[in-house]
Amino acid sequence: MTIATRPPRHSFRFRGRNFLALVLKPETPRAAWLADLDQWLARSPGFFTGKPLILDLAGLGFARSDIVALMAELESRAIRIIGIEGADASILDKSLPPLLTGGRTAGSVEAIDAISSRPATPEPSYKDASPAPALAPAPVASLMIETPVRSGQTIMNPDGDVIILGSVASGAEVISSGSIHVYGALRGRALAGAYGNESARVFCRRFEAELIAVGGYYKVLEDIEPCLRQKSVQAWLSGNDLNIATLDQNEKELVTWRKS
Amino acid sequence: MAEVLVVTSGKGGVGKTTSTAALGVALAQSGQKVCVVDFDVGLRNLDLVMGAERRVVYDLINVANGDVRLQQALIRDKRIENLSLLAASQTRDKDALSEEGVRRCIGELREKFDWVICDSPAGIERGATMAMRYADLAVVVTNPEVSSVRDSDRIIGLLDSKTMKAERGERMEKFLLLTRYDTVRAGRGDMLSIDDVLEILSIPLLGIIPESEEVLRASNLGSPVTMSNAKSAPARAYNDAARRLRGETVPMTIPNARHPLLTKLFGRRAA
Repeated sequence: MTIATRPPRHSFRFRGRNFLALVLKPETPRAAWLADLDQWLARSPGFFTGKPLILDLAGLGFARSDIVALMAELESRAIRIIGIEGADASILDKSLPPLLTGGRTAGSVEAIDAISSRPATPEPSYKDASPAPALAPAPVASLMIETPVRSGQTIMNPDGDVIILGSVASGAEVISSGSIHVYGALRGRALAGAYGNESARVFCRRFEAELIAVGGYYKVLEDIEPCLRQKSVQAWLSGNDLNIATLDQNEKELVTWRKS
Repeated sequence: MAEVLVVTSGKGGVGKTTSTAALGVALAQSGQKVCVVDFDVGLRNLDLVMGAERRVVYDLINVANGDVRLQQALIRDKRIENLSLLAASQTRDKDALSEEGVRRCIGELREKFDWVICDSPAGIERGATMAMRYADLAVVVTNPEVSSVRDSDRIIGLLDSKTMKAERGERMEKFLLLTRYDTVRAGRGDMLSIDDVLEILSIPLLGIIPESEEVLRASNLGSPVTMSNAKSAPARAYNDAARRLRGETVPMTIPNARHPLLTKLFGRRAA
């Protein structure tokens, strides 16, 4: 008798990935809060459509039955909750979304404030049923690095600018959702506007970067004209172009590439 | 209070073992009790450079695993009484180093010596991280060439994150030892200049060791250059570095090993 066997799988592929989720914080009394939510949803239909939503129950002291009831209420409004924050893990069984911890704030969403502070007249942007309404830009949380960035290190700020007072060594990497400012020499990689923010820029005092990228468009040092090297430069996107220019007004150099 | 010093570089062949031995001898000659420890498990070399290869019985792994007492594994130098060697094991590999064992071993060495000098293996893997783990200060050995400088930069990053001192939130002291420095080639621009290296690594300079036949000869004789030819340019540079480690202020000289006669004539003045 032969038994067909599959060769053993030696490895599985896992990837870490960051997602931005909205966090909804209910208030007590629950009925009043739900009524306000209904009123607000009437003005902004479809606001939650397709958005991953986390429920923040910290400090509310909800029992399991409260959570189940609240989940049912939200579900009836077509609001899907993918996780719960700030609840006791022991009361969340398999029928409830999993407990999430370690979340970092990425700015509040202006639309939530609309419940109390906005006038009753519907805002045009809310009434518009476009798929991504009313996500105000998150307040910029800059990351300040006061030491040199060493080869092999990665500095990442998904929430805003990165400011580096020292140098960025060859083999180091700086990734920012906003702009990157390097007050020393930039010899490693700098990726500004890493999540597609095309208004981000890279500034550095001495430009020797292995790779420079803005909003996903990049150049390696070999592609970059020698007239820019070792100068103070900035890099930015405009229209269809990626530009790098010297900052020194006395020796102006500007090089432009077509984004392709 | 003993100082635990790690001699590290990232890149291989830049002179970690040579520098460990030379600094160990220089410190011992100044009256300090010194132990040099070879962390290059599986590729041990420090015993050869120290001329003790025929006397190795027990090694670092035996002590770390608790097979023998530290005293049984220490090899006392025949020429300098207050200098000892703890050899690496040639038959094992770096995975044999347990963190707990290393911690205990370094702790015992601290009680016996003024200086514990750990010779790190090349690379950034377990051997290198274990060698730096319990160190108080680090000497980063760098050649004036781009690959060595970049690897040193990587190691400095690890010293600032993977050592006990860094994990306790304290500042790890790091010094640059520029080795195999050739003034003629530097003058021609074939090598990175001292200023370039210092600018990139931005850590204080401990010394500049000239490229020299003397160093190679000393290593092959099993007698560190600070012992075999104390008047030579590299030996003087290592001695100055050792004095700086002890907190003395010694003016930095750029020794020129290319002119042995001149070095001999002006030796006293330069030192």
